[in-house]
Amino acid sequence: MISTDDVKKLAALARIKLTLEEETSLAGDMENILGYVQQLQDVSAEQHAVAADANAARNVLRPDEAPHERGAYSEDLLAAAPARQGQHVKVKKIL
Amino acid sequence: MKSDLAHLTIAKARELLDRGDVSAVELAEAYLDRIAKENPKLNAYLEVYDDVREQAKAADQLLAAGKKAALTGIPISIKDNILLKGKIASAASKMLANYTASYDATVIDRLKKQGAVFLGRTNMDEFAMGGSTENSALGPTKNPHDISRVPGGSSGGAAASVAADLAVAALGSDTGGSIRQPASFCGVVGLKPTYGAVSRSGLMAMASSLDQIGPLAKTVADAEILFNAIAGRDPKDATTIDRPVAPAVANKKLVVGVPRDFLEKGVDPDVLKNFETSLAALKSAGVEIRDVTLPNLKYSLAVYYVVMPAEVSSNLARFDGMRYGLHKDAPTLLEEYLATRREGFGAESRRRIMLGTYVLSTGYYDAYYGKATAVRELLKSDFAAVFAQGVDCILTPTSPTPAFKIGEKSADPLAMYLADIFTVSANLVTLPAISVPSGFAKRDGAQLPLGIQFTAPYAREDILFTIGKLFEQANNA
Repeated sequence: MISTDDVKKLAALARIKLTLEEETSLAGDMENILGYVQQLQDVSAEQHAVAADANAARNVLRPDEAPHERGAYSEDLLAAAPARQGQHVKVKKIL
Repeated sequence: MKSDLAHLTIAKARELLDRGDVSAVELAEAYLDRIAKENPKLNAYLEVYDDVREQAKAADQLLAAGKKAALTGIPISIKDNILLKGKIASAASKMLANYTASYDATVIDRLKKQGAVFLGRTNMDEFAMGGSTENSALGPTKNPHDISRVPGGSSGGAAASVAADLAVAALGSDTGGSIRQPASFCGVVGLKPTYGAVSRSGLMAMASSLDQIGPLAKTVADAEILFNAIAGRDPKDATTIDRPVAPAVANKKLVVGVPRDFLEKGVDPDVLKNFETSLAALKSAGVEIRDVTLPNLKYSLAVYYVVMPAEVSSNLARFDGMRYGLHKDAPTLLEEYLATRREGFGAESRRRIMLGTYVLSTGYYDAYYGKATAVRELLKSDFAAVFAQGVDCILTPTSPTPAFKIGEKSADPLAMYLADIFTVSANLVTLPAISVPSGFAKRDGAQLPLGIQFTAPYAREDILFTIGKLFEQANNA
């Protein structure tokens, strides 16, 4: 059972503000969807005994060398920030 | 002459351009004219770029200088979650309504080098989440075959742009069927490449273990041309792979596997009937059809609806109103996060973020995410086992139904999710899959396109192109 209290807690974790109405309808939606995925519990899959897969996706990292010129992209990226101060993105104080 | 120009394949347009029968500027203008006329009705494009003629002029210069490539001067559309430097890329979200891309996606960079002409950005479900484009913050796209129906999604604008001749071909993205399902609903070809075949640098991340960029086109040959132009290793995406040199499949009887037990329920009778007709066409073209079993295939949708929201909730955490996109002012930092994300995300994005947060939270992680990941591995083994028996590719319908009515499923998220039943598995098991038009189903006097989906072994797009072309010929014969 997903209660509206659960939804409130999750919304706080996800940094999303919901209305009371949305909390109720989301509780119902999540209940339905989680009910559907519940069928996974029927499968006996050993979580840690996964067969080695030759085609397993893996990261192919480039050598850590030849960095781009310092600041080459700074202006383009900072231009997208809602607020900036010099070469910094400006945000409200955290503490 | 001009109106004929807007019904071209890449191959045909290439011929005309190379012979000098038409210039890239003339070609681009023919498409701009059609877009001006048809787009208000369809809402396939969110924006037509203001420099299309300049791009076409540059392509003409390349052609004049004898520097042509496969896509030089070919007008294509771009899904709104792929970055083109200096242009807005909004993912059809209020969160990014005014976001201007800071750099080119690798696929854009590769197409720019070939002199392709980008017509504009196409509509989609917000952040690529949905199967109908109804989740767009900018209103749904209409299916060109019946404007009371959805074009599918999330690359619905892309599919409609190709189906309605508002582009020669399109780039979309596919996380659980978002290229193939709209391709099937709109009667065009759609390819979800092998995981890692195409760079995602500059694609807005939805679910990173599933996302791929791929082509939508009028023919399998066109999809192959566009795929070849964008595929290959990219230092900016560590998951990309080298294009393997494929062993030749010519001169061999192709074997197509059909997971019959998976087609038993929930599939529209017209779709099933068309599927049987398609099998008969393949048989008559000399293909062997074999029943196969993928015991865990029935769990793929459940796996998907755990893994995908988990990754979505992580990826969409970056939209906090600080570095780019929407920012709402509030007294404290936390309130700014809450207000920005409240205002920026639509209902479906919120729903998936919440689901993902739930399945990843303490106490539920093992039961949901851990379990789903384990079943995902079983599913991979199922596919590997079938291919090991000499089956070249697996065939199912692309979607269990033809295009549904706008509004028909929007109140029931789970019903909408069930439409992904045949497409999510390819993403989960990293394999390439293609949807090819297979006929029509009649609904309310309209002929609605249907599609069938071939899934091939890892990095074997070549098999999809071979069998896809064979099917096109057999089905049109």
